[in-house]
Amino acid sequence: MKYLALAAGLFATTTAVAETPTLTIYTYDSFVSDWGPGPAVEEAFEKTCECDLQFVGAGDGASLLARLRLEGARTDADIVLGLDTGLTAAAAETGLFTPHSVSAEYDLPIAWDDPLFVPFDWGYFAFVADAQFDAPGNFRELADSDTSIVIQDPRSSTPGLGLLMWVKTAYGDEAEEIWAGLSDNIVTVTKGWSEAYGLFQEGESDMVLSYTTSPAYHIIAEDDRSKTAVPFEEGHYMQIEVAGKLAGTEQPELADAFLKFMTSDTFQSIIPTTNWMYPAIMPEAGLPDAFDTLIEPEKSLLVPAEKAVELRDQALEEWLRALSQ
Amino acid sequence: MAARAFAIRRGGPGFVAAALVAAVILGPVAAVLWRAGGGGWPGPADWAALRFTLTQATLSTLISVALAVPAARALARRRFVGRRLLITALGAPFILPVIVAVLGLLAVFGRAGTLNAALDAAGLPTVQIYGLHGVVLAHVFFNLPLATRIILQGWQSIPAERFRLAASLGMNAGQVMRHLEWPMLRAVVPGALMVIFAICLSSFAVALTLGGGPRATTVELAIYQAFRFDFDLGRAAVLACIQLALVTMAAIVALRVAQTGGFGAGLDRSLRRFDAETPALRLLDGTVLLLVALFLLTPMVAIVLRGGGAVLDLPGSVWRAAAVSLAVAAASTALALALALPMALAALRRPMIEAVALLGIAASPLVIGVGLFVLINPWTDPTRLALAVTALVNAVMALPFALRVMTPQLIDIRCDFGRLCDSLGMSPRDQLRLVILPRLRRQIGFAAGLAAALSIGDLGVIALFADPEIATLPLQILRLMGAYRMTDAAGAGLLLLVLSLTVFWLLDQGGRADADA
Amino acid sequence: MLTLDAIEIRQDEFHLSADFTVETGARVALIGPSGAGKSTLLNVIAGFFPPVSGRVLWDGQDITALPPAQRKCGILFQDNNLLPHFTAKRNVGLGIRPDLRLSADDHRTVARALDRVGLSGLGDRKPAQLSGGQQVRVALARVLVQRKPLVLLDEPFAALGPALKAEMLDLVHDLMDETGATLLMVSHDPTDARRIAPQTILVAEGRATRPQNTETLLATPPEALRLYLGT
Repeated sequence: MKYLALAAGLFATTTAVAETPTLTIYTYDSFVSDWGPGPAVEEAFEKTCECDLQFVGAGDGASLLARLRLEGARTDADIVLGLDTGLTAAAAETGLFTPHSVSAEYDLPIAWDDPLFVPFDWGYFAFVADAQFDAPGNFRELADSDTSIVIQDPRSSTPGLGLLMWVKTAYGDEAEEIWAGLSDNIVTVTKGWSEAYGLFQEGESDMVLSYTTSPAYHIIAEDDRSKTAVPFEEGHYMQIEVAGKLAGTEQPELADAFLKFMTSDTFQSIIPTTNWMYPAIMPEAGLPDAFDTLIEPEKSLLVPAEKAVELRDQALEEWLRALSQ
Repeated sequence: MAARAFAIRRGGPGFVAAALVAAVILGPVAAVLWRAGGGGWPGPADWAALRFTLTQATLSTLISVALAVPAARALARRRFVGRRLLITALGAPFILPVIVAVLGLLAVFGRAGTLNAALDAAGLPTVQIYGLHGVVLAHVFFNLPLATRIILQGWQSIPAERFRLAASLGMNAGQVMRHLEWPMLRAVVPGALMVIFAICLSSFAVALTLGGGPRATTVELAIYQAFRFDFDLGRAAVLACIQLALVTMAAIVALRVAQTGGFGAGLDRSLRRFDAETPALRLLDGTVLLLVALFLLTPMVAIVLRGGGAVLDLPGSVWRAAAVSLAVAAASTALALALALPMALAALRRPMIEAVALLGIAASPLVIGVGLFVLINPWTDPTRLALAVTALVNAVMALPFALRVMTPQLIDIRCDFGRLCDSLGMSPRDQLRLVILPRLRRQIGFAAGLAAALSIGDLGVIALFADPEIATLPLQILRLMGAYRMTDAAGAGLLLLVLSLTVFWLLDQGGRADADA
Repeated sequence: MLTLDAIEIRQDEFHLSADFTVETGARVALIGPSGAGKSTLLNVIAGFFPPVSGRVLWDGQDITALPPAQRKCGILFQDNNLLPHFTAKRNVGLGIRPDLRLSADDHRTVARALDRVGLSGLGDRKPAQLSGGQQVRVALARVLVQRKPLVLLDEPFAALGPALKAEMLDLVHDLMDETGATLLMVSHDPTDARRIAPQTILVAEGRATRPQNTETLLATPPEALRLYLGT
């Protein structure tokens, strides 16, 4: 009798769980933090889906992919959110992702037709400086000037890798020479974006590698107009952040629903002031005013996903050679 | 003499604890190797990283300990108002999260720091902190306090009676050094060198941030690259093994060199040092203390100033994170003591047990985290165990310090009271209860304080397992910085500093209260 | 009756042989030059140091392999006889029950022992609050409550002044009279031996002699003892 009651209890709980399915999304840590888009996105999506949306944070984009590789097909994730175009080729190669069914009119500087990944936001890497700073206009000028910069290590940081690809796409075979020229401008190389930005704010350098959207944070959150992103004549390297559905998901419909929700006005209007990036689809209400003051690069640079890995390894070797002397 | 074993005759629990610790460290490394399907051979860049790591770790260690000797001596032979407070405050850099401490350090030594501002105002050339010397400076900043505490304990283990004897014989400071202090240093310094070398070996963010570029690539960064850039788990594991091998070798050398003799018991009365009462020595000790305090405390002041404005308006989630960190620290401290005490007792018979504990701080946090993930993942969602794993790993990280502090005192206790216990026929349990624990109170208090403070300040492996709902304070600081909120992060950093120091002070004080006599 | 049967002690270069019997209730001094092995011999009897060969017997029973606490002896060392973190009472109590779970009766026994050694009212002090002589008295009180038939003293009075030392020796003398215990006492001072030990064992030149009449021995010292005494 006792066992029967116990079994009934178990059954009751399992049915209860079955009634509200769980959608598990792996993403980078800052997405799920109290100050990232996570909480608002979760609330908004759960209103529409009658499900339990669970975010699982894992370091940054690259750690996210590493974790997925560790777990392989056994992963609990239904969706991985937060890879960028530097990682999508390697992610596709794992064979863990399955094509999505989303079609949308993206407001991206490039055409998007990737069958596996749906973009949700994007931005440009840029050096951020004080507004009144007399900043150089390109990498060669920067190398010749005595402007000091703090950058991130491409081996441990996404923006660091972005800069590596930026110089490589802009200068090709001359990239190593550019780096050699920059070596006396580099105050130091940090593990991640936070450390670099922190050093810059402490006055350790004239400029720091960040995003063109960074000044918007200071204007909106701090009413501080003293920071500006520096336009470079070579153009700016882009980061497009994407999400993909896993082939092994037990909630394929729910996963599709979330990817669709990602392109909705609700989701897209959360992005600018929580992730401080451009939304992949312009919300109806447009962007906050502060975004109008941001620089808009004349030329967007991006390595096609399939070439990213090969170019990355070559660029890293050059970077190490140039800066280790 | 005293051929009879003292307490815990079979050392059994200690060996079990050591085996557990070894499993917590080596298990994950093995798991990563297994998952990789074999090792990967390190490339030339990895060997360069190894060379740099050894260079910076050796320099940092030697300088930290060399400076700690005069500092500990000055603290040991001077009595002044606020001495205890100073000793506690000097420990602060050691327990801070790396990035908070680095920003404090830069506020003083950085390009725009106070030092350069002063040099500039005086018309002198400014100094550049980035480079090998910056890495060493930061490591000395972190580890000088620990070295000082370990060596100060050595000084306090010399019974007051010996110093009185020296005074009655009219020994001057030099003779006291030769006859009393030098033998103590020979026994204590190798252990301090060993622990600090192990810490510096796995340093990563400090070396990278202050190293000024890829020249300052450490083994830990090479592991990072192997893992997240190349996803070469085999190479990451082999690099982690090299790191462990280096620490094991250093530990074996240090434990061989360290003499294990006790210094006698004495009756713990406070002492006055007649040999040091010359104006020149007063001046020397005063200068040493002033310089050390300036070096260690100015960056602390900078942290207080940076965070002071924000600390009261911190968002609720930061306070919740602080509560989580305290809970984790409590569990971690209890666990650390439960492991350290039996291991320290077993180390009386097998000193090499300490080498096992050292593996904890030298092991690559990334590889340990990934390995634990690989081990846990088939069974349950690692995120659910995030806090438990963090407490366990933090406890293991605190072990070497706890052991280093407890072992010398245990040797003294055995030397002084071992025969008495045996002649009275005390059971090992009673020896533990009636003799060892009461005689070891100070050391236990200090070790508990250190374990708790380290646990509060250490990011540990939680970054790899993070549960979005439950964050620890260091993780929350990282998240604040990641969300541009540098001011709040500075406030949270200050909160962490205050919490760590308070907890450390309370536990350390608890160990002293009513101690003997 | 304590018997050392063909005992051989060796430690590095050091060597000592002993073969003698001490009658129950006897009070025997061990004298000899320092380094001759007086303390080591005591440690062998107490069980802290194993001989390479030979047997230690108590009343005919072989106790060579027994751990210290199971032997019939109480011992006082040169120092560290008291645990600094315990009061005098508790230090004495350890002699009754080493786990300190003392009954009301035990507490009365402790109080009586402290009274007997002249420490009435000082039971709640810790060693650091007691004078050197008082600390020795606490240790003696513990020997008293241990009720061991054999008492070993390894120069516990060495640090005391002559008058205080004489006082302690007299106290030991009286206590032994009351308990009837056998006493073995290391000393480097022949006057100590004269004061309370009718018999003396000479430990010198790698050998411990059998107990001899103290007065006779000191009056007609053999060569080794004469060198030591400087007479």
